[in-house]
Formats: sequence, C-alpha cells, structure tokens
Amino acid sequence: MAEKTLKLPSEVYAEIKDKPLIGKRRRVQLPQWAVAWLVLLPALVFLALFMFYPIINCFFMAFIRDFQYVDSGGTFALSNFFRAFSDPCLQPFEGAIHCTKRLGKYFMAFGFNNFQTVLSNGLFLQSILNTAILVIVEVPLTIIISLLIATFLNNIKALKGLYQTIFFLPYVTNSIALGLVFSILFSNTSGGIMNYIITRLGGQPVNFLGDIAGLPYKMADGTIVELPAASKFNQGIVIVVNSVWNGLAFKILVFMAGLATIDKQYTDAARIDGAKSFTIWRRITLPLLSPQILYITITSFIGAFKMYTGVISVYGQGAYYFGGINKTDWMPVVGWIYLQMSNESQYKGINLGVPAAGSLVLLAIIMLITAVQFGVSKKRVHY
Amino acid sequence: MAEHAMYFADDSALRKYKIKRVVINVLLYTFLTIFALFMLLPFILMLVGSMTNADSFSTFESTANFAELGFKNWTFSNFEQIFSGKITNQLTGQTENTTSFAQFYLNTIISAVGSTAVTVVTAVLAAFAFARLEFKGKNILFASLLATMMIPGELMVITNYQTTIAIGWRNTFAALIFVHGVSVFYVFYLRQTFQQIPNELYLAAKVDGVGDVGYLWKVMIPIAMPTITTIIILSLMGAWNSYVWPMLVTSDKYKYNQDYDMRLVSTGLMELFNQQAGGYSAIKIAGSMVVTFPLFVVFIIFRKYIMRGVSRSGIKG
Repeated sequence: MAEKTLKLPSEVYAEIKDKPLIGKRRRVQLPQWAVAWLVLLPALVFLALFMFYPIINCFFMAFIRDFQYVDSGGTFALSNFFRAFSDPCLQPFEGAIHCTKRLGKYFMAFGFNNFQTVLSNGLFLQSILNTAILVIVEVPLTIIISLLIATFLNNIKALKGLYQTIFFLPYVTNSIALGLVFSILFSNTSGGIMNYIITRLGGQPVNFLGDIAGLPYKMADGTIVELPAASKFNQGIVIVVNSVWNGLAFKILVFMAGLATIDKQYTDAARIDGAKSFTIWRRITLPLLSPQILYITITSFIGAFKMYTGVISVYGQGAYYFGGINKTDWMPVVGWIYLQMSNESQYKGINLGVPAAGSLVLLAIIMLITAVQFGVSKKRVHY
Repeated sequence: MAEHAMYFADDSALRKYKIKRVVINVLLYTFLTIFALFMLLPFILMLVGSMTNADSFSTFESTANFAELGFKNWTFSNFEQIFSGKITNQLTGQTENTTSFAQFYLNTIISAVGSTAVTVVTAVLAAFAFARLEFKGKNILFASLLATMMIPGELMVITNYQTTIAIGWRNTFAALIFVHGVSVFYVFYLRQTFQQIPNELYLAAKVDGVGDVGYLWKVMIPIAMPTITTIIILSLMGAWNSYVWPMLVTSDKYKYNQDYDMRLVSTGLMELFNQQAGGYSAIKIAGSMVVTFPLFVVFIIFRKYIMRGVSRSGIKG
C-alpha cells in the first residue's frame, strides 16, 4: 500500500490551527468576522451615505405630504425635514410661504398626494408616453440589427477583427459628442447630409431638429424652398437613429460572445442532415442564444426606459431642452424628474416629493417590465 | 472550403456549393460594409469637419459644396480656438472668452482617476470579504447589495444632489469622486473572480503564517489582475463619459467657486454647443473630436481588455 507522503494544506491547517507558532513571533490575529467588517467598512460607508440613505429618503419624501426641502445648507435632507416638522417658520424662504399658507400650523402626514400630483401632471404622462414610444421602436430594432450583424460576423473569416472593432467603436464614444455630430448630420442646412440625400433623391427638405418653420433651404439646383414645420415624428427619427447607433455595440458584443459558446457540432450535424442555413439559424442558433437574447432584452428595455442623454444630446441646447417650442416635445421620464429637481423649478417652490414620487413610478415601470419579461422567458428561454 | 469536400457526392455538387458560398459571402460583406459605413459616418464627419477651416465649413453647410471641406487645406485652427479658450462667434465676428478644453481635460482626468481609485480599492476590499471571509449577516448583506442594482440611479440622484449641497461639496472634486465611489456591480464582478481562486491556496497561505490581508495582497490581487484591469479601464471610461451627475453638481460656476471652472469634458462640450447658438459648426465638431479622441486611444491600446471585459461582465455603458 502506497504511503501518503503529501498532506493537503487543509489537513495541515487543521492540525496547526490551535497550536502556537514555533520560532515565529505570534502576531495579533483579529477574528475573521472583524477583518471582514473592517475591509467592508469603506464600501459600506459610501453605500450607506450615497445609496441606502437616498433610497430610503426617496420613499420618505414621496409619501410625505408637502415635503419642502430648503436649500439652507449644513444639514442632510432628512434632518432638514425634521426641522421643518418642528418649526417651518424658522426657514427663511419656503418656510415663510408655508406659514402664510397654513397660518403657522404645520402637520406631518403620510399620503399619496405626491403621486396624485405626478399622475395628474400632463407633462409627466406625456413623458411616459414619449419614453414608451421610443423604447418600443428602438429596442426591437436594435436587437434585430445587432443579432443580424453578430450572426453575419460569426460567418465570415476575413476582416472579422476589423469589422468587430468598427462595430464596437460606439461603445467608447461620448454620447454627448455623438449626439451633436448627429444633429449636424440631420441639420436643415444644405450641408446636412441627410437632407442633402433626401433632396438629391427628389424629396423636400425635412425639419428634423424642431427648428422654426419657414427657414430658407437652398436646394441643389439653387432654388430656395421654405422649411416645413417640425413634426414630432421627424424629430423622433433622429432620436431613434442616435439611440440605435449608440446601443448596437454592446449588443453585438454580447451576441458574439454567445455565438462563440455554441458548439459547432450541432450546426455541422444539422448541415449533414441537409438542413438549410436559415433553418439551422432559426432552430438551433437562436434557441441556444436565447439566454443572451433575454439578458439583452431586459437590460435594453430597462436602459431605454432611463433614456435621457440620447434625447438632449441630439438637440444640444442644454440639459433641459427636449425639442420643440415648449422644449418638451420628446421629454423622457428621466428628463422630467431632472427638470423637477433642478434649481429652476425648486425656487418656484415645487416640493421634492414630486420628483421622488416620479422616480418611484419609474421604478415601478421598470420592475413591471422585468417581471413580465421573466414570465415570458420561462417558456421561451433554453438554458 | 476544402474541408467540406468529403460531404459532396461529386464535383458538380461541390462546385454548386462553392458558388452558393461566394454569393452568400458577397451578400454578407455588403450588408456588413453598409452598416460599418453607417457606424463610421459620424466619425468621418468628425474627422473632416474638425480639420476644415471654420468659415469653409459654414460655406459648405449653406451651399453643400463638398469641395469646401478640408481634404486639401486642412487646418488645426478649430482645435487652437478650443484649447486657447478664445472662440470666434460666427454672428458677431468677435472673439469670446470661454474656458479652455485643457481645463476640462484636467478636471476630467482628476475626477476619473480619483473615482476609479476609490472604486477599485473599495471593490477589491468588499469583494474579498464576500468571497473569502465568513461573518454573520454576509448573505443578507450581499443580497441587499444585489437588490440595489435593480433600482434606477435617478431615484438616488434626488437625495444625493441635496446631500452634496448640504455638505458643501458642490463644485468640488469630492462630489465627483466619492458620490459614485462604490459600484455594487464591480464588487459583484470581482467577487466572482475571487471565488474561482481555489481554497487550498488560502489554507496554504495560512499554514505559511500569512494573514488575511497579506493573502489578499500577495495572492488574490495578482491572480485577479486581468479582472481588476478591466474594472479600471471601464471605470475610467465611465467617468470620462459621465454627463448627468457632473452637470448637476458642477454647472453653477457663477455662483460658486468663481475662479475655477469645475466642469468636465461632457458638460463643457454641451455648453460649447448650447451657448454658441450662432457659433461655427466646425468648432463644435472639433469639440466633439477632442472629447472623443482620448478614449479612442485608450480603446486601441486596451482593445482586448475592454472587449473581453464588456462581453463577460455585460456592463452597459
């Protein structure tokens, strides 16, 4: 019988664990739980301050009636609230409004009135509709195109690396810079490439960026036509093109990674059995890729519902400009939330509970989408 | 195609297959090339537009005369204007003083490096605790961290913005570095890598008298270096491209901290487009170019790390 000569470290460790170290100064060893909490401390401090507290505070603000944050400095939002609770008249700005309004009486009450305000706000409902339209158009389009590109890339040999690199470029591009280039591509000047192509093909110039109607547009033959009025549809095209362009890189990469894991034996076997390429793709590749498709669908629906820079970057007129004369043509939900919490509206005395409630509505929508997609995926996804 | 020869009954079947293959390849490459051009179009415009004389580009815009573009007489004058902070207004012809993009570069580099350092240190330590150490409440804590990944960041921005004002961090690097100093996602990602390191190494280190922290430093970090590199690059890229948070906390340069413009490249670029309503398009394009270019260099150098990291971790930019 062969004698066991080597011991596993775990066995050695079990033997020496409780013995004092020989020939070595014994260092003070903290128990493992203490080490764990010590190394977790930096992360937990930041998370507590900038993640857990904000989440709790958001619920808090959303469900309090007439919560007013006062920009007096020196305190956190929560303690600020308690001060407002004890004596609203102490506060220099909104406090004064409060006291005249309520004749010095201040009561704290929980309720749904912030949600009432949000859900009866026409602009908010419009922003939800806007976002939904953009999401429903953009996400399937992006997924289909990226699936096609990934499949095609997987089937070529020469220049594969070059194409892969080109298709990945949008991922490292600054979305503001990109939107601004798109706004020049879609501009209503004669040098705007899109309008140049449209007019060369015999069409009329299109007002893509919501500019004023009637601006002169010089056609290629020198005649000058008036720019038609901006329509929401035309502006939506630019936003969708911009978002699709931006979203392709990530999805192509994930699909490529998924395709690389598919065993070639399956497709080869099917090919020997005489299956057509499309059948193979439809019956083998697509089902085997379904985990990636599910993952991409969920993340891109969530990501697209939080769309914001994709809209403002196209217009390039600041953080709160979403197109049109009212600046709100394509306002997304997130844009509405930021507008509500921006200084501009805060000084008008709008309470922060309203954007807080709005962001909770966004959370609810996102959770609903995720739940629905997981429900659907149980039947369709093959692991 | 030669490896498929055995599948075919005779030469004509093989020839048929080959012809079909060629046709398919032509279609594939045509489709891919069209989309590749669509992908490259903005970059082509960026490259050509930023190198064209600002006046020539305006002429091009109004006449669609492609000869005006800077293929022949390209110039760096747009970049000069951006970096010197003296931009000519197209409508008035006057030179306007703005903040130089060099300033935005500096601000962005400081905040990107700072926030990446904080992110990596906290993620390594936390991932170590979750992957290697045993303590009470570990699973609950980890589950609650994962749960927060579902919650949209916009929900936290409201309070974080108020907190930033309240503790006087508006227009400071602290607001840009610390508020998003911990990424739950990177903790999760790194923990997975750490967990793949076999237990025996830990016990062997214990036998040799190496403490927990010594083990992390001498064994785990070197083994997980590819993952950490990926996290560093992705975090730097994220910080470079971030727009919303910097826009919220650094835009008030006239009210706070007047001497020093705290804005980052994205917010500075948006301002360049926004305030210069009558400005030259070529200068705006040059601004986009200046913001995009550094990341391109990073991408070309670290292409493998970035693409592997993104596809494995599934991080949405």
